[in-house]
Amino acid sequence: MKNLFGRSLFGRTWLIAVFIFLYIPIVTLVVYSFNDSRLSTAWTGFTFKWYVDAAHDRELIDGLIISLKLAFMSATLSVIFGTFTAFVLVRYGRFKGRGMLASMANAPLVMPDVIVGISLLLMLVAMQKWLGFPERGIGTILLGHALIGTSFATVVIMSRLREIDHHLEEAAMDLGCKPFQVFALVTLPLIAAALVSAFLLTFTLSFDDVVIAAFLSGPGSTTLPLVIFSRARLGLDPSINAVATVIIVVVSIGVIASSLYQLRAGRRRQREVAEAYAQVKN
Amino acid sequence: MMFKSILPRIHGLFTVRNLVIAVPMVWLFALAAAPLLLVLDISLAHMNITSVSSIWHWADDELTLKFNFGNYLYLGDDSLYFKTYLSSLTFAAVTTLYCLVLGYPFAYFIARAPAHLRSVLLMLVMLPFWTSFLLRIYAWKALLSDNGVVNQGLAELGLVSSPLHMMHTSFSLTIGMVYAYLPFMVLPLYATLVKLDGRMLEAAADLGASPFKTFWLVTVPLTKRGIIAGSLLVFIPAFGEYVIPELLGGPRTLMIARVLWDEFFSNNDWPMASAVTIVMILLILVPMALFNRYNDETKLGDKS
Repeated sequence: MKNLFGRSLFGRTWLIAVFIFLYIPIVTLVVYSFNDSRLSTAWTGFTFKWYVDAAHDRELIDGLIISLKLAFMSATLSVIFGTFTAFVLVRYGRFKGRGMLASMANAPLVMPDVIVGISLLLMLVAMQKWLGFPERGIGTILLGHALIGTSFATVVIMSRLREIDHHLEEAAMDLGCKPFQVFALVTLPLIAAALVSAFLLTFTLSFDDVVIAAFLSGPGSTTLPLVIFSRARLGLDPSINAVATVIIVVVSIGVIASSLYQLRAGRRRQREVAEAYAQVKN
Repeated sequence: MMFKSILPRIHGLFTVRNLVIAVPMVWLFALAAAPLLLVLDISLAHMNITSVSSIWHWADDELTLKFNFGNYLYLGDDSLYFKTYLSSLTFAAVTTLYCLVLGYPFAYFIARAPAHLRSVLLMLVMLPFWTSFLLRIYAWKALLSDNGVVNQGLAELGLVSSPLHMMHTSFSLTIGMVYAYLPFMVLPLYATLVKLDGRMLEAAADLGASPFKTFWLVTVPLTKRGIIAGSLLVFIPAFGEYVIPELLGGPRTLMIARVLWDEFFSNNDWPMASAVTIVMILLILVPMALFNRYNDETKLGDKS
């Protein structure tokens, strides 16, 4: 093919160069988690001691447990409210306030985290003043994460809802299903894969966030990113590299496994469709 | 009489449909809209020693509103704020430009790769995106510091005699930002490039257009949508970025989110911080409106 970047040497070089740029920091994190020296970034020898250190580091372990809990709860709430938002926006046609709902759902996608953090914190402080609750802690971080998560989950679920054939829902309705039955028995199974993707995405968003958590955390709710961030500000800490390596390995296995699964599921679906088509033709 | 006419209307309000609409409405209003309205409210108040004054005054059965525009006037007076907004916009624009220059050929080549390779390459783009953003930014500290990996490599090759000072400069900040936001540019670009009809390019070539001309007159206009979407997805968050300037930036790389953070946590001046926030929102409203319009356009495009 004759075009500017085509399958040329230039194209390949560019591709490889950008991939190196994307992966160099990750490789560095992993390599230095096995480096013996604490102070210098020079390679002085192979060691596992930072993993041992990290495993005995109460602050890191507590942070990890808090972050995992938080991410799980946030992803659950996000998927629930994201499903509601997406369903209302896609299936309910026009109604009063639709534009407002759409922009409220879109805003957190593009709003800088500092703004989300500050505005929620000011509201919580005002609430505390007038109502006496809530105390800042995991619950308040959860509100912030679930807000961001709802927006992202809405986008993922909306695109799937648009794809599925609404005739299936209409058919169920014609056959006497109540609206709730249609949703539970027809719509939900059809969007199940999107719900899983939305859950994984919002879990990751919560597990990664440092800015919103910094604003909304209280005593006893120091998440893993908050611990890492406060240490990273001071300098380099090899036990962070050890934690990073563990996270990278877990995430990579997850991402590779899920894309393999999706690839297989896609092929199986294609084959099934082809077989069904062949049967109809015969 | 009155009840008779009102009751069915109230009853009509509580349909299942309306209740289902109410769930996301209330949730998003409470968490997205109400806090922003409160920020606007506080930005018009002023700071008493430990508490924020209220703009609402209730006295002698009269409600009066007292707006204090002092915070906004101060924003205009103090050149530091102006410089910081300007510098944040510049860093965001430079980041967007570099992401586009790096990302466009990158997305193009992925889109032109054989189909079985494409999904693998896309997964490789997404993989860093799933691993902690914070840790990946932290890694650049080890790469760019004075005794870091890059300097050691350069010294090893004999290219530099004394270490290059890269950390805590606009260089390290820009690298970190481009690195973090590149996937946001690549994915929408890829989405439009992969749909590009190869016959159009062949037609242009057959009609005698040079590869460069084909690219500029055919490929770029056809992928305008991806370029706009990608640029906005990079520009908007880059403008309000906090973590990257905090870890990789220096005292001279002014970013508005850091000033906001300090105003809030160090100076404890909430009304001032709120005013800074409101101006930030006003500054991103324009690109945000563009983003929404783009979103609507693609929705309409999907239907046809």
